Amino acid sequence: MSDPRDNVQQEFLAEAQELVEALSRDLLLLDEAHQRAERPDSSLINEIFRSVHTLKGIAGMFGYKHVGTIAHALEDLLDDLRLGRTDIGGPLLDVLFDSVERFQRLLALDDPQAPEEAAGVDAYVVAVRSIGAQPPAEEGDPLNQYAIGSAVLSVLTEYEEHRLRACIREGMQLYRLRATFDLTAIDDSIEALRDVVHDDAEIITYLPSLEGGNDESIELVVLLASRVPETELKAHFEGQYGTVEAIEEQKHPPTVPPTLTSIPPGSQSLLPEPEDETAQASLRSLANSVRVDIRKLDDLMNVVGELSLVRSAVGRAVAGLDGDPKYRQSLRELDRLGRGFERQLFELRTRILDVRMVPLGQVFSKFARIVRQAAREHDKQVRLVITGANTEMDKLIVEELADPLMHLVRNAIDHGIESVETRMRLAKPAEGTLALNAYHKGRNVVIEVEDDGGGMNAQKLREKAVSRGLLTAEDSQDLTRQGMLDLVFLPGLSTNAEVTDLSGRGVGMDVVKTNILRMGGVVSIASEHGIGTKITVTLPITLAIIRALIIKVGARLFALPISAVREAIPFAPRDVHTIQGRKVITMRGETLPICDLAPLFGLRAADQQASRFVIVCEMGNQELGFVVDQLVGQEDVIIKSLGPTLSSVCGFAGAADLGNQKLALVLDAPALFSEYFDGGEALPSVEAHA
Amino acid sequence: MTFHTLIVDDSSAVRAFVRAALEDADFARVQEAETGFEALQLLASNAFDVVIVDVNMPDINGLELLAFMKKSPRQQGATKILISTRADSLEAKRGAKLGADAFLAKPFGVGDLRNLIQRLTDRSEEVSG
Repeated sequence: MSDPRDNVQQEFLAEAQELVEALSRDLLLLDEAHQRAERPDSSLINEIFRSVHTLKGIAGMFGYKHVGTIAHALEDLLDDLRLGRTDIGGPLLDVLFDSVERFQRLLALDDPQAPEEAAGVDAYVVAVRSIGAQPPAEEGDPLNQYAIGSAVLSVLTEYEEHRLRACIREGMQLYRLRATFDLTAIDDSIEALRDVVHDDAEIITYLPSLEGGNDESIELVVLLASRVPETELKAHFEGQYGTVEAIEEQKHPPTVPPTLTSIPPGSQSLLPEPEDETAQASLRSLANSVRVDIRKLDDLMNVVGELSLVRSAVGRAVAGLDGDPKYRQSLRELDRLGRGFERQLFELRTRILDVRMVPLGQVFSKFARIVRQAAREHDKQVRLVITGANTEMDKLIVEELADPLMHLVRNAIDHGIESVETRMRLAKPAEGTLALNAYHKGRNVVIEVEDDGGGMNAQKLREKAVSRGLLTAEDSQDLTRQGMLDLVFLPGLSTNAEVTDLSGRGVGMDVVKTNILRMGGVVSIASEHGIGTKITVTLPITLAIIRALIIKVGARLFALPISAVREAIPFAPRDVHTIQGRKVITMRGETLPICDLAPLFGLRAADQQASRFVIVCEMGNQELGFVVDQLVGQEDVIIKSLGPTLSSVCGFAGAADLGNQKLALVLDAPALFSEYFDGGEALPSVEAHA
Repeated sequence: MTFHTLIVDDSSAVRAFVRAALEDADFARVQEAETGFEALQLLASNAFDVVIVDVNMPDINGLELLAFMKKSPRQQGATKILISTRADSLEAKRGAKLGADAFLAKPFGVGDLRNLIQRLTDRSEEVSG
């Protein structure tokens, strides 16, 4: 028999990852409540328990021994916590936060059983076990105060029973809400009920009853605890949801322990008689989400691309019939249908893109934990302010962003925000602020990592660059202040000898920049010494499809992502000047460096007499004009990879099919910028070939 | 025989595991429910040979489903397996009283599950036969 683990391994990893992310998010909420000395929400603790509990179960089933061991130790601790046997304290939060990183690392291992990990796991388990439970003070079982009924008690889990006790101890009244739900829409109805109940009561559990139901509907008895008076609760629920009855307090608690198998009061007939076989047909599931490998969405997008080509081909065939009067009526109809088809195709493409979108909050929530941990390790006080967590972008980009952003966040805490003493001395608030902002800007998403720390010292950066031989002293004299700040992105400048645990780890700002560029984005920096630093990352919303300006250089077509284009102006060769070895033109009083694409790609430019154009592109705070022969138009294009053999060719993001058997290479604007500004002289200029 | 089986668990990895473990070589035909509510819908209209339920689920828990099945005429022939973490838990004891035929502790293996079902269904056939 084949081992099903091979087939469902991906399912495991996806769910494990989701659980760890949920754990990370929930821990932050728990920590926030703890810091404010508030009592944490019991349902939050239960969620944390459930994440770890599920992780333990599946880790064991899929051979992730170390993950299972850690989760098991935490599960016991969290079980004590949710059942009120232990309290939240600093040490407990510490081990919990620590677990998130351990889980993530262990899940990423090629060998989930790696023996070299065992010692670390064992040490961690010892640390968890050392946080022992304190037995709670017991004073009689409050469950005995109420006539809850043994049938109800017999189906409660230990946790539900604990919540019931806790609610009674807090002086809440218990109620039974009986309501009948349509089986096909039960999830939505319950969700609606939960929303209504939330402010007024805690739902202990839902008991499916066999009264008053049939194949289409079912009656549920909802066990509630609430502080709201009965009359008010009735006013709220009765009629709309069902009946509400208070569970009476017992004058004389029962002396006999509840039996576990008695029938609920008043329930005799359970389900309707098993009848015709047609009921068998109802096999559909109520699950309303599926996990999809993103490559399947790429495949779908390719099919949409192919369909567009078919549509163009049909259009051409139809056009061939034009002029023949006997087809006039049919041609009009075909034209109308063709436009309708295009609209649907556009809709389809939009929907597929929509499926790929996830909120950036998914990755931001990871940082919240890191900020907390890093601030504590460095004895700094840092407040994290997140805006725009709901900003959506392509799942693939969000995933790829995690590492570069993580580096920026660590950097801000390590090098940016000062220690409490320093800040006090500088009359700054003791608590530093690290802001993560995300927002849409046109077809891009902008993410800012901003701190109110010490800022960067531009002069020092210049000195460092010169001392490391990255720049000659002479060249460094010409640098503007911004130019000096940008030096931080040079390889070898920020990967330095003063490696700290936070932002060290051998990754420099140059790697951050390279990674962002690879995703078609740009990164720019603004910093004031003593005031703070803001790093701005601008990225396309998706890489699956882009709006492009189609241009012609020589006889070839190219597509330039419109997100990079600011404007196009006529090119006048006589306006070209040379400044610091670069060809520039003057546009509205500002100098604009230019790069002629014809010689760059080894193509013969169009007739020098013909009118050519400069496409002014903008990336972060840099501008560059590309000289091209002709503007063809704008088009949404699906970028197809050039394949592994050509993937290393710099300057092209892929190829796009334009229909009519025409193919355009898609220009990689960030790479061209980088090549031009960093590689500088390597690029040919207009006059060199003119 | 091919067992008509329902797995109720809020973990998709567990459901996928159970499905893969049981559908191999046509041992069983598996339907999945992610929540107690989904399970209720399926239980109300299908007769299952085997129902595997996780005890710790939000909203409707595994014990409540066992209590429901105990009274449901359609599920009288079903072999009921309760999944939980510890065999000595309060939930396992309550489950036994609510008619669970067996108790399965997570994590479990492919063999554990198939052998358990084989053993339980053999026995119930003997009893009913």
